Amino acid sequence: MFPSRIWREMPQRYRLEASTCKKCGKIFYPPRLICDKCGYRKFEKINLPEEGKLKTFTVIRTPASQFSDEAPYAIGIIRFSNGLQMMGQIVDCDLEKLKIGQAMRLEFRRVQTHDTHGVLSYAHKFVPKWY
Amino acid sequence: MVGIVGYGAQIPRHRIKVEEIAKVWGADAPSYKKGLMLSEKSVPTPDVDTITLSVAAARNALKRALINPKDIGAVYVGSESHPYAVKPSGTTVAEAIGCVPDCHCADFEFACKAGSEAMFVGLGLVKSGFCKYVLAIGGDTSQGAPGDALEYSAAAGAAAFIMGKKDVIAECTHTYSFMTDTPDFWRREHEFYPQHAGRFTGEPAYFRTVKGAAAGILKKAGMTPKDFDYVIFHQPNGKFPQRVGKMLGFTKKQIEPGWLAPRLGNTYSGASPIGLTSTLDISKPGDKILMISYGSGAGSDAFVWKVTDRIKEARDLAVRTSTLLDKNITYVDYGTYAKYRHKILKNK
Ligand SMILES: [Zn+2]
Repeated sequence: MFPSRIWREMPQRYRLEASTCKKCGKIFYPPRLICDKCGYRKFEKINLPEEGKLKTFTVIRTPASQFSDEAPYAIGIIRFSNGLQMMGQIVDCDLEKLKIGQAMRLEFRRVQTHDTHGVLSYAHKFVPKWY
Repeated sequence: MVGIVGYGAQIPRHRIKVEEIAKVWGADAPSYKKGLMLSEKSVPTPDVDTITLSVAAARNALKRALINPKDIGAVYVGSESHPYAVKPSGTTVAEAIGCVPDCHCADFEFACKAGSEAMFVGLGLVKSGFCKYVLAIGGDTSQGAPGDALEYSAAAGAAAFIMGKKDVIAECTHTYSFMTDTPDFWRREHEFYPQHAGRFTGEPAYFRTVKGAAAGILKKAGMTPKDFDYVIFHQPNGKFPQRVGKMLGFTKKQIEPGWLAPRLGNTYSGASPIGLTSTLDISKPGDKILMISYGSGAGSDAFVWKVTDRIKEARDLAVRTSTLLDKNITYVDYGTYAKYRHKILKNK
């Protein structure tokens, strides 16, 4: 990823910022400029909760080359209490023990390292809730 | 009153046992375990670094502080394993917790003492009125050279403290620092692993410095070891803090709650700060805590903390350090550890 893209996406990737349409209340993650439901252009900024429930997942055994050292790993979709869904990597887990409906916590982690010389990119990954 | 208004820690989930490392290098595990008083250490996965540990610790500190992150006027991260050679760790942490752009950031470095110097500077800025709150973090994902004695102890973890004047959990009543040029441990630029001066790291370095800091702060505060409920020393292994505690006249009971190295290893800049978090977790209002860090090169920062009533409300607003240390642990073998820590050379 280019540094400019990492920088542009920091609010949603670092702080889990989403936007709520001030007219119809639809929540967008990542945030949008125009509501796709009612066309309104004013939003309220919110932060997503730090926890959600695993809706579905799959195990990646043949990943894109930049993630080859991490395989096999799980990618899942979690659902927050506000109904919003988010996709991400599931880490610190036993792949055999993952279960749909399981509570997940979001943790700030490195996502891409761009070899040893590029800009590091960070975002949230999912960790099975254990405390 | 100036002191800690929020505190929190983070420790990775993975561990490696001394036996597993000793096996690879043909070393005698029982003698290492006895000599270092250490049985295992934490291991960071490749997606964990000083920045991610700092963010997690800072979020735990915010949960206990119950403040608006926008009121944090400075973010200081102390580490010897900042992910970048050039580019601050602090700005990523500040961005992630949402206190940008109205804040000051700086990264600190001083071997294992970088965390406590962030705390020292933070307390000063709050006391002077320059900042309402300062976030001070000590964290590391330290590396020991394969086969070296440090490989058995070099671990990962972080602790974060929010310093402020209102609703303080632990008041800082005194500080004292002891500094000399003592070259016991170092890493030159472009070198991957640090080097150390063997036994020279003990008596003339760690013990002289920690004892010097203890003598200085006890004199300044007009206190004796008996006046404290708890004491936390820097812990490069399990043995050093026990030995220096005994030399100074502290009991095992005073050392115990902050003595984590036997199961955690040496978290470098995070070591005495994480020890302080686990001690605060079990402390009562009115308790007095002495904390003495140590960084090679060499120096110690000493602090006297006095716990307030707010500890009762604050301690369970975030995860306790003992939970991070002892629950939900995954043990890795040396091969996995070597891969996680980038000790394996691959074709480009
Ligand atoms: Zn709308």
